[in-house]
Amino acid sequence: MSIQNINVALIGNPNTGKTSVFNQLTGLNQQVGNYPGITVEKKMGFCKLPNNIKANILDLPGTYSLNASSIDENMVIELLLNKNDKLYPDVALVVTDVENLKRNLLLYTQIKDLEIPTILVINMADRMESKGISLDIPYLEEHLKTKIALISSRKGHGIEELKNLIVDYKNIPNEPCLNASIIDPEYFKSLQHAFPNQLLYKLWLVITQDVNFLNLDRNEVRSTFTKSHSELKRLQQKETIKRYQFINDVLKEGLKVDHTVATDFRAKLDRILTHKVWGYVVFFAILFIIFQAIFQWATIPMDFIDSTFASLSALAAERLPSGILTDLISQGIIPGIGGILIFIPQIAFLFLFISILEESGYMSRVVFLMDKIMRKFGLSGKSVVPLISGTACAIPAIMATRNIENWKERLITILVTPFTTCSARLPVYAIIISLVIPDERLFGFLNMQGLTLMLLYLLGFGTAILSAYILNKILKIKNKTYFVVEMPSYKTPLFKNVAINVVEKTKAFVFGAGKIILAISVVLWFLASYGPGKNFNEAEAIVIERHKDKPLDDFEFEEAVASQKIENSYIGLMGKTIEPIISPLGYDWKIGIAIISSFAAREVFVGTLATIYSVGGTDNEATIKSKMQEEINPQTGEKIFNFASGISLLLFYAFALQCASTLAITKKETNSWKWPMIQLVLMSGFAYITALLAYQLLK
Amino acid sequence: MKNSIHSLKKGEKATIKEFDIDLVPLKLLEMGCLPGNMVELLQIAPFGGPLYLNINGSHVAIRIETARVIEVEIIK
Repeated sequence: MSIQNINVALIGNPNTGKTSVFNQLTGLNQQVGNYPGITVEKKMGFCKLPNNIKANILDLPGTYSLNASSIDENMVIELLLNKNDKLYPDVALVVTDVENLKRNLLLYTQIKDLEIPTILVINMADRMESKGISLDIPYLEEHLKTKIALISSRKGHGIEELKNLIVDYKNIPNEPCLNASIIDPEYFKSLQHAFPNQLLYKLWLVITQDVNFLNLDRNEVRSTFTKSHSELKRLQQKETIKRYQFINDVLKEGLKVDHTVATDFRAKLDRILTHKVWGYVVFFAILFIIFQAIFQWATIPMDFIDSTFASLSALAAERLPSGILTDLISQGIIPGIGGILIFIPQIAFLFLFISILEESGYMSRVVFLMDKIMRKFGLSGKSVVPLISGTACAIPAIMATRNIENWKERLITILVTPFTTCSARLPVYAIIISLVIPDERLFGFLNMQGLTLMLLYLLGFGTAILSAYILNKILKIKNKTYFVVEMPSYKTPLFKNVAINVVEKTKAFVFGAGKIILAISVVLWFLASYGPGKNFNEAEAIVIERHKDKPLDDFEFEEAVASQKIENSYIGLMGKTIEPIISPLGYDWKIGIAIISSFAAREVFVGTLATIYSVGGTDNEATIKSKMQEEINPQTGEKIFNFASGISLLLFYAFALQCASTLAITKKETNSWKWPMIQLVLMSGFAYITALLAYQLLK
Repeated sequence: MKNSIHSLKKGEKATIKEFDIDLVPLKLLEMGCLPGNMVELLQIAPFGGPLYLNINGSHVAIRIETARVIEVEIIK
């Protein structure tokens, strides 16, 4: 028998453990990408089933219903309406949480109306006992017209049975379980009459939703059957009531809850975590632990990676036959790769903490607690999530603004999120802090370097919030203040989910940023290794000439030649050209080059300096840090990285928008070049001014 | 005086009555905020922040502006 491929779509409300089901079915066999043209995350996985069937499992974005309110939800509808899509499911799995079955079934009844064979997956079965819940599965299967898989994705129970149900997908009923069109029989009758070959529910979705639908001219449907916004909403309300009536009737028989058994863990925890004092204390304590810990723990593997790559460069230079190619490898490619890999520990830690906060259900409590405060600044409580995930990377953070209902609050969140300290700033901060801030303890327990880092994070948040306040005053956008946030029950984060999330996100970051960093390192190496004219090409002769009174020994001679060369290489000349602009900030031309290349992506900074210093120096074994420490300003004899220039650099990197990807995502999410350009000019201008002031006051 | 969700005290339960659906997002209706259903106020965020509710078994937080337009009858 040949192998048969089928498409399975996972659909469900947020917080139903849909992703855990996905992970259980596919293991590590997954691919994360984007749907063409839009930035909605597309998660595909593969699963081998009995009878030689291979399932392509698609994890669709979480949605509360088929009435879409974000582009993620639109995506779900567009896929389910389009039978010609190559991802169109042969069978749909609607994942529900046994504790929220009533609400979760709303989406289920809608999916059923699309006449797709649908399996009802009731998840979190392990919590039934403690909640006093019992289910009459045969009764539910009969009335919901489906097959039910009662599983616990957390414990891995019921997964095999679910797989068997998928294999048997041809026997899954696909007829609707209720007739919602009785809310306005006349209207729906004439609608069906006009389009006899179309599913009634599909037509209804086309009328009410802003989605593209192949094979059907939306204008044609809408022109004849249009209703006012208010009338449509009234009908949608009637439809929702109808669906709930049906669900209530079914659950009255099919689901019993013994309230005397139920232990309310949620209420007890909420009493503390959403408390008007303790709630905030806990939140800030968590933030403090995250930041203090990241700086302390991550430095250990980072130092290790740093020194490993330094010795690898030295080894390559020593063992390989000398020549241009070896130079490129030892001075361009190896430091370049090291410059990427050094971020892994910190990025992984940040994603780890963020996914634990989200998985546990705690993030919604933060949204609840922070909403009023954030609104004073023109933001929403939901802006807290982007602002916190912005500490990992602004790109997913800006995408996370999609669930903010209010456009003005959402726009302001998008505009200010890049101020939060993303992980690409971390290596820059880390190396500069370790150079200019003493590694001492304040009051015996506060590590000064850790404290400085924390202050930089607070500065990022503070600037974000302050600029939100200003934008809120300036921007004239009228909007309704809609805000609905689900408060999920608390769950212990699943190791597997967190681990997969951390690995996926880190991988995406390293490969995405890695390509840019590596390319820039190689280009930089070329620009630093070649130069025009006599000053570069006759460097040896010039050095001999300059020192003819007092000849140098071999080592000094090599160093002098190298620095003569780098200063007159293409990159040196570029750096010298911009030096007048940046010297008031306390930077030399080498830092200037690093700043220019940082506009592609900030994390290039350290790698750029590494490349420039390895080309310029003769000693391959020293770490980047020690090379930076030894840099002396030839005019003043002072260290280049001193307290004043260090603080100035920290401020510059804290404020400047040096990230091409952020500009691209802002353009996509706001649908215009206006907002990213405003972001770029204002942030970078502000960065220049504060860095200038800091250096001039501190030097 | 008419009661709304906003006038509930912490721990109080009520039945939702008719309200102007144009002032309430569809998403909230879908969460179960429909006439006849039960609502319980679980927690209030400080400084006039959102209200944490149990509506028909769904746990959601909404802002005061929305809570004000949803009329209820308090269950003693």
